[in-house]
Amino acid sequence: MNEGLMAETYIARSTAIAARVLGGEMMIMSAADSTFFTLNEVATVIWQAADGRTPLSEIVERRICEEFEITPDVAQHDAEEFVNELSQHGILLVSDQPILDSKAGTR
Amino acid sequence: MTTPSTLESAGLHEVAVEIGGMPIVLRTGDAEFRALLEKRYAGFVRRPGAAAFGLDVDVVRPDRQICEEEDLEVWYDGGLWRLERGDFQAEWDPRVGQGRLAQGVSPYAIDSVLRIVHSLIQAQAGGFLLHGASAIRNGKAFLFSGVSGAGKTTISSLIPNDGVLLTDEISYVRRDGEAYRACGTPFAGELARLGENASAPIARLFFLAKGGENRIEPLETPDALRMLLRNILFFADDPELVKMVFRSACDFLARVPAFRLTFFPDARVWELIQ
Repeated sequence: MNEGLMAETYIARSTAIAARVLGGEMMIMSAADSTFFTLNEVATVIWQAADGRTPLSEIVERRICEEFEITPDVAQHDAEEFVNELSQHGILLVSDQPILDSKAGTR
Repeated sequence: MTTPSTLESAGLHEVAVEIGGMPIVLRTGDAEFRALLEKRYAGFVRRPGAAAFGLDVDVVRPDRQICEEEDLEVWYDGGLWRLERGDFQAEWDPRVGQGRLAQGVSPYAIDSVLRIVHSLIQAQAGGFLLHGASAIRNGKAFLFSGVSGAGKTTISSLIPNDGVLLTDEISYVRRDGEAYRACGTPFAGELARLGENASAPIARLFFLAKGGENRIEPLETPDALRMLLRNILFFADDPELVKMVFRSACDFLARVPAFRLTFFPDARVWELIQ
């Protein structure tokens, strides 16, 4: 697990992406490396909630656990994995501070 | 016998090559190159007129090195697209639709430059060029995309007599309001046959696979999008261009159904395509 995610984590959608809901599924392409992702229902909720101001733990607690009936530990673990993967491709920006500018994340 | 135009008298030759309804006037001072263009793009040459796009071609001597980089590089710099490969060097201004090209007398360089320039023009217009064959039958166009060896040439060679081959290699997809049209291209593959300069509304997109029987299966949209993006001609590693191509591909799949076409290579496959 990424130790950086142990602290409060804020996530924001990068502007260097193209995204579209097609056939009921969220599809995202990195404009930086053309990597293509299809998000499942849970990942889509996290993606849509990634406003840079809401902590990931709050997104998990209020959106994921309640809407999908997943235990907090499992939901947090899955969310962190998802965030790590997308952040590696520059699709999600991650910071331990609220992100005001989604063009620049801190890690 | 024709009378030389004022331009020709001044040593400037113009050939307008219209692909996908987009004429690009190629201007050159080399009469031999003009003749080569007219032969290479026969069927796609029209009278030079008030075309929106133009390219000044400087035909360089065979002994002059054009570019050190052998591999193709395309990048956006200072408002211009820059295109370089061992056999050509070009720049294209998308704001005014004009560019310059330095190349030898070979047709391969201009062919590549035209593919790139058309893909850039179409990216802004919501269309794209696709690795794929296309054909018109009964007033409808069908696209057949796939990687090398998937069957583009085979399916093209099996088109019934009442069908029109648009290309066996590079399909030209234009946005036409809320629909899409496939247009013929002179970009030939193994069939070595130029497509017809014709167009029709696209009815279906097929991703090809060879098999022991003929079968058509609908594709889930994410799979279709992934396959489509893999086969769209995409030359530049540019974020804004990536976004445009992605949007175009999504818009296209929202309007044109995509299928996997597994086929046994004989003419019966065309009985399924309608």
